[in-house]
Amino acid sequence: MAYSTKVIDHYENPRNVGALDKNDPTVGTGLVGAPACGDVMKLQIKVNDDGVIEDAKFKTFGCGSAIASSSLATELLKGRTLDEATTIKNSDIAAELALPPVKIHCSVLAEDAIRAAIADYQAKKGLKASA
Amino acid sequence: MKKPVYLDYQATTPTDPRVVDYMVPFFYEKFGNPHSRSHVYGWNAEAEVEAARAKVAAVIGADPKEIVFTSGATESNNTAIKGIASFYKDQGNHIITVQTEHKCVLDTCRHLEQEGFDVTYLPVEANGLLDMEKFKSAITDKTILVSVMAANNEIGVLQPIAEIGAICREKGIKFHTDAAQAFGKIPLDVDAMNIDLLSISGHKVYGPQGIGALYVRRKPRVRLNALINGGGQERGMRSGTLPLALIAGFGKAAEIAQAEMAEEHTRLLKLREYMYEEITKRLPAIILNGDREQRLAGNLNLSFSYVEGESLMMAIKELAVSSGSACTSASLEPSYVLRALGVEDELAHSSIRFGLGRFTTKEDVDFAVNLLADKVQKLREMSPLWEMVQEGVDLKSVKWAAH
Repeated sequence: MAYSTKVIDHYENPRNVGALDKNDPTVGTGLVGAPACGDVMKLQIKVNDDGVIEDAKFKTFGCGSAIASSSLATELLKGRTLDEATTIKNSDIAAELALPPVKIHCSVLAEDAIRAAIADYQAKKGLKASA
Repeated sequence: MKKPVYLDYQATTPTDPRVVDYMVPFFYEKFGNPHSRSHVYGWNAEAEVEAARAKVAAVIGADPKEIVFTSGATESNNTAIKGIASFYKDQGNHIITVQTEHKCVLDTCRHLEQEGFDVTYLPVEANGLLDMEKFKSAITDKTILVSVMAANNEIGVLQPIAEIGAICREKGIKFHTDAAQAFGKIPLDVDAMNIDLLSISGHKVYGPQGIGALYVRRKPRVRLNALINGGGQERGMRSGTLPLALIAGFGKAAEIAQAEMAEEHTRLLKLREYMYEEITKRLPAIILNGDREQRLAGNLNLSFSYVEGESLMMAIKELAVSSGSACTSASLEPSYVLRALGVEDELAHSSIRFGLGRFTTKEDVDFAVNLLADKVQKLREMSPLWEMVQEGVDLKSVKWAAH
């Protein structure tokens, strides 16, 4: 598999690997993919009172481009508001990493992970508001 | 140490320098067409071919006349299976083989199914070995051929060839074994094991690529229809000018393999067990694919749980190994051999075949072990699956969204 230098760079030096406390009300967690398909991404965001994502972490079980896609996703998320974060598209990630066609699904998974993390955060907030 | 470290001896082996030295004169000063009858170039070439034939035959306890030179094990397997099916089709149309055979056996059988033959693809047990009861009950009065490999190319397991041979002989069924991986590595005796046809590859035993052989029993006589017709060389079973230098090298490789088999086996077994012990000592959740005892000394096939195959391969670029992962193959399917063992897809994806051989040193193995311990640990730290398992989550209880 001929990967772009950007994929190799993210694979060899992944940004923001790690975990945030998933029970923290300001943290949203997205877990997408399936082991049998060869990709599982866990993406977490920590949102401050102004609705800005101040931290993002990931862990990924997957191929080089899946790791690179999630690593890049955390970089893109940091400093954005939730509204801005929802505008991140898989095509942005695929283009930035120059993913080969057979690996486009990795960027799709990264977009799914972003949406799942945001949805989790919003659900937590909703629950808290109603409590 | 030469990087990447070559640990893929089941794919191919480097030609032994002694073999190369032996071959060189046959390209020039000792050249000749072994089929030329009118001059000394031909006569000498023929003498060398016959000497090589005897060396190959000696490894498996055969008569030199029973050895047919081919281009390699794929051709030998095709010749044996199609040749027997075609010659004995009036006696029956049923063939028995195994799900974990090499693609060239399976694909040949599929081809024969299209021609009206019935093929039984026997399953294997979780350790990769054939259950003899299942084998026996698959035999019908229409069965004309059984084809079971001696040693598996992916997981190295050794099938019970002697037991299968005894049953086939008793029932009058022709028995073919693909011994591409086993020839020169484990003791084989065509008489003691009741083998009727046996496929051999030159480049798996430190000989050159492009040469192989098919053993075809003469007593009781086994007949087959040739795939390649022409000048009637090789007792009519394989026409075409014999490649003198390749055959000379193949013969030399067989001679060395026979002389050094026992010693090499002992050394490789020790090295492989050392590698397995070291890896499992340093990394938890490692799974050995295939039986540990009934196995080629130079084969170690491991699944690294909770890491993904392609990223693992990227991480160990300094090792030349093969993976059961879909991402490294054209088919996008994980290894069918591991699937036949009942290995789950995610473990099949994260499997690596380590092939040790004649030129593998302890230093090579230590390098591989250190690299693996470091990289697998890093990938696991990055793996959400590993994290969940550490937290006590049963991954099978999680409802994954397949994509």
